[in-house]
Amino acid sequence: MTAATMVSFEEALTRFDPVLGLEVHVELNTVSKMFCGCSTTFGAEPNTQVCPVCLGLPGALPVVNRTAVESAMRIGLALNCEIAEWCRFARKNYFYPDMPKNFQTSQYDEPICFEGWTEVAVDGETYRIDIERAHMEEDTGKTLHVGGATGRIHGADHSLVDYNRAGIPLIEIVTKPIEGAGDKAPEVARAYVAHLRELVLGLGVSDVRMEQGSLRCDVNLSLRPDAEAALGTRTETKNVNSLRSVERAVRFEVGRQAGVLDAGERVVQETRHWHEDTGVTTSGREKSDADDYRYFPEPDLVPIAPSREWVEELRAELPEPPAERRARLQQEWGYSDLDMRDVVGAGALDLVAETIAAGAAPQAARKWWLSELARRANEQDVDLAELAITPAQVAEIQALVDAGRVNDKLARQVFDGVLAGEGSPEEVVSARGLEVVSDEGALGEAVDRAIEANPDVADKIRGGKHAAAGALIGAVMKEMRGQADAGRVRELILEKLT
Amino acid sequence: MNLTDLSAAELAARLAEGEVSSVDATRASLERISAVDDSINAFLHVDPDGALATARDVDERRAAGEELGPLAGVPIAVKDIIATKGLPTTCGSKILEGWVPPYDATVVARIRAAGMPIVGKTNMDEFAMGSSTEHSAYGPTRNPWDTDRVPGGSGGGSAAAVAARQVPIAIGTDTGGSIRQPSALTGTVGVKPTYGGVSRYGLVAMASSLDQAGPVSRSVLDAALLHEVIAGHDPMDSTSIDRRVPDVVAAARRGDVSGMRIGIVKELGGEGFQPGVEARFGDVVELLTKAGADVVEVSCPHVEHALAAYYLIMPSEVSSNLAKFDAMRYGLRVAPDGVDAPSAEQVMAATRDAGFGDEVKRRIILGTYALSSGYYDAYYGSAQKVRTLISRDFAAAFEQADVLISPTAPTTAFKFGDMMGDPLAMYLNDVATLPANLAGLPGLSVPSGLADEDGLPAAVQVLAPATADDRLYNVGVAIERMLQEKWGGPLLAGDPEREVRA
Repeated sequence: MTAATMVSFEEALTRFDPVLGLEVHVELNTVSKMFCGCSTTFGAEPNTQVCPVCLGLPGALPVVNRTAVESAMRIGLALNCEIAEWCRFARKNYFYPDMPKNFQTSQYDEPICFEGWTEVAVDGETYRIDIERAHMEEDTGKTLHVGGATGRIHGADHSLVDYNRAGIPLIEIVTKPIEGAGDKAPEVARAYVAHLRELVLGLGVSDVRMEQGSLRCDVNLSLRPDAEAALGTRTETKNVNSLRSVERAVRFEVGRQAGVLDAGERVVQETRHWHEDTGVTTSGREKSDADDYRYFPEPDLVPIAPSREWVEELRAELPEPPAERRARLQQEWGYSDLDMRDVVGAGALDLVAETIAAGAAPQAARKWWLSELARRANEQDVDLAELAITPAQVAEIQALVDAGRVNDKLARQVFDGVLAGEGSPEEVVSARGLEVVSDEGALGEAVDRAIEANPDVADKIRGGKHAAAGALIGAVMKEMRGQADAGRVRELILEKLT
Repeated sequence: MNLTDLSAAELAARLAEGEVSSVDATRASLERISAVDDSINAFLHVDPDGALATARDVDERRAAGEELGPLAGVPIAVKDIIATKGLPTTCGSKILEGWVPPYDATVVARIRAAGMPIVGKTNMDEFAMGSSTEHSAYGPTRNPWDTDRVPGGSGGGSAAAVAARQVPIAIGTDTGGSIRQPSALTGTVGVKPTYGGVSRYGLVAMASSLDQAGPVSRSVLDAALLHEVIAGHDPMDSTSIDRRVPDVVAAARRGDVSGMRIGIVKELGGEGFQPGVEARFGDVVELLTKAGADVVEVSCPHVEHALAAYYLIMPSEVSSNLAKFDAMRYGLRVAPDGVDAPSAEQVMAATRDAGFGDEVKRRIILGTYALSSGYYDAYYGSAQKVRTLISRDFAAAFEQADVLISPTAPTTAFKFGDMMGDPLAMYLNDVATLPANLAGLPGLSVPSGLADEDGLPAAVQVLAPATADDRLYNVGVAIERMLQEKWGGPLLAGDPEREVRA
């Protein structure tokens, strides 16, 4: 397949109807692995979080992690799925160097969650996504190819295997074919993955960090001549690991497959690799009928039969769905669409909500997080939530402003102090002496000194040019190191000169 | 007094009285192994240092007045398919040659906790596949009754070690009869507990849904004492049963069958069963009737399909369980001939070719085929249905009888090589034992005397409903007592094994 036969996305859409299928793997944030007690901490030294079970040593047996089952059900319930009354694991047999048992313990024809749906919005239009299933499985280890230029196995002189990730619990969420998105297919795909991310994050069951692989997306795509035709042959683009890439991968595959079909060729059913740098997919393993995993029920594990009481308990504890929560908060806070989009986009929704809950006015809360604090986070290259300041402290600083004890300029110094670990806002104010000077006598003397030092400016004001007061205010503020109420200073100047 | 002649219970009593020390008993066992194992080959690894260290520790604790378990200080042997930390575990296979597990199986951990010195690991058919121990990669084990004959399999090593008095007691595993059938062929007692009654954690899996560890001994009481040590819930095995273990030791001391309903399974006898084996079975039925048991005939019609179902389910699981032997992390690694830079797949193929024996390869291929898409329903799926029907048959039979009995194996010990060329004939030797594995039932084999035509041991099998393992011991010890009264002593007291010398 060469780029020469590519068709532009827009042109492809004039002749073909794209059908999407998305498989999203969510790595759960359980403390221990799916089938053993090993730690799941990300980034540990290779092979330090392993035991006979996750290394698949002869004789070792798996035991299911109850928390992982619960997380799977919570995800399923949030996606309006049915929860199986009885389900079990199967063995998916295939050889892979980083899979210790040479079979993956997964769910096959008896998934724990099935028949669900959710909705995503793109440009004001709502798309319903039907969920085929959400099932549990375990992750594999990781191979590292050493000695080559590319880090790929080709050209490497040896390979290393890290089994820390082997056995980490995964939930695979599989959609039914998503039809009718038309030219919005790339955006719908992206919006769905973004929606899942937010939903799963809200459930607190995964870190959903695409860049760390804790949320990975496989994009299935096929084309057909029109919406009435049978589904075309699909390709599966593996491990697309950013939202932007999901959109780009769909767009690319539409153009590529249209090119193949236009040339009178057949689309090959295969897995394809996504190349982030060049924005193209290339052929991977050819997927054919010869792919025989020899599934059979895992004899080492007893079936799982979650009680209906347990399911209902989990259903009752589900958090408000993200879209509904956003709509409710936007209305409560009186934010414009733009305000809300900015807050969500900055990942500041929860922080702003907590700041408001701690007493700050909605606009003030938004302002601090998106200006002052966003800048600091950017400088430190951390997430907003990682800054050394709590929403309650932000609300406290705003309360100082509201009380007139500090002004905006002083408030920034209070932020400095809190972020530098100098204590609570109140402590920073008193330690740094930041409170606004409200002593009328001291202010009056400062104003007098400013008038004396700037006679020509004073004359202009006397002459009716009140706008010139700014220069005198600046002089006073400078002398008072910013700790004056600029409005009161202006009043005093005008009182004295007019 | 010859310490190796004592049963585990007798030895335990003398240890408790302070008449003998565990070090003496363990030394006697090790010396007996040195003296006779060249002609028996029951052991793959012997661990004198580890065993004597445990023995010394137990002796010291006993001297200090510590309360010890009933079998503390009694030496034991463990089948080489069970993981032992720091001690080689090869499963009778070249592919695991030299592998030393970094962990103990739960069964082993419990044996250690009970203060039993582990003198060594016993020989077996490779990965427990076989009924004669001729499929061991380390040479066959010989039957102490006649060293030209097999000791049964796959646990021939454990059974022969007990029969040859190398150890008073041993651990075997039973997937289709690998504890009971070798016990039958060596004149020992063997018990397969209820599936899930003894943890499988650390048993190198052959067929996960069928495997079960259990005791091999020279008396029913000994088996019960060991059963008590190893049984009970294990959170590391999700199929482990989480409920109280029935009091098997009390049952093994009771031996009262009056008023019990004992069912003879019509399908587990008759055609294909050696006349001498049938005759000894007839003796047992007669004795049980005399003792006041109500003996009835029951039918389990689907049992005739058990062998076929077993030989689909077992290899299917085998094909998956043995996939981990890929030359990557442990065990053998063989470079393929004439390949410059072999791929992982080429190394794996060469290693498996060199490391697995014919029987193992046969079952892997059979199982891979049976699980393949397009064949799954016809083979594995049908076999699972038969399995369900067999379970129902047994459930119905247990409505009519408290326990079921049959001959354990259709023949006495056969000669080496007699069945090696005919795998199907070999498979028939498990015909009476494997239905219990398919249904998860507990089963016990107890010697029933010597067959008239060859003078070799025959045995009777007792089956009970799942989790009613105590019934096995009650009936088993009743049979044992009645027969010993008839013979004037234990079967093994007069066996020709005494003449076995290095």
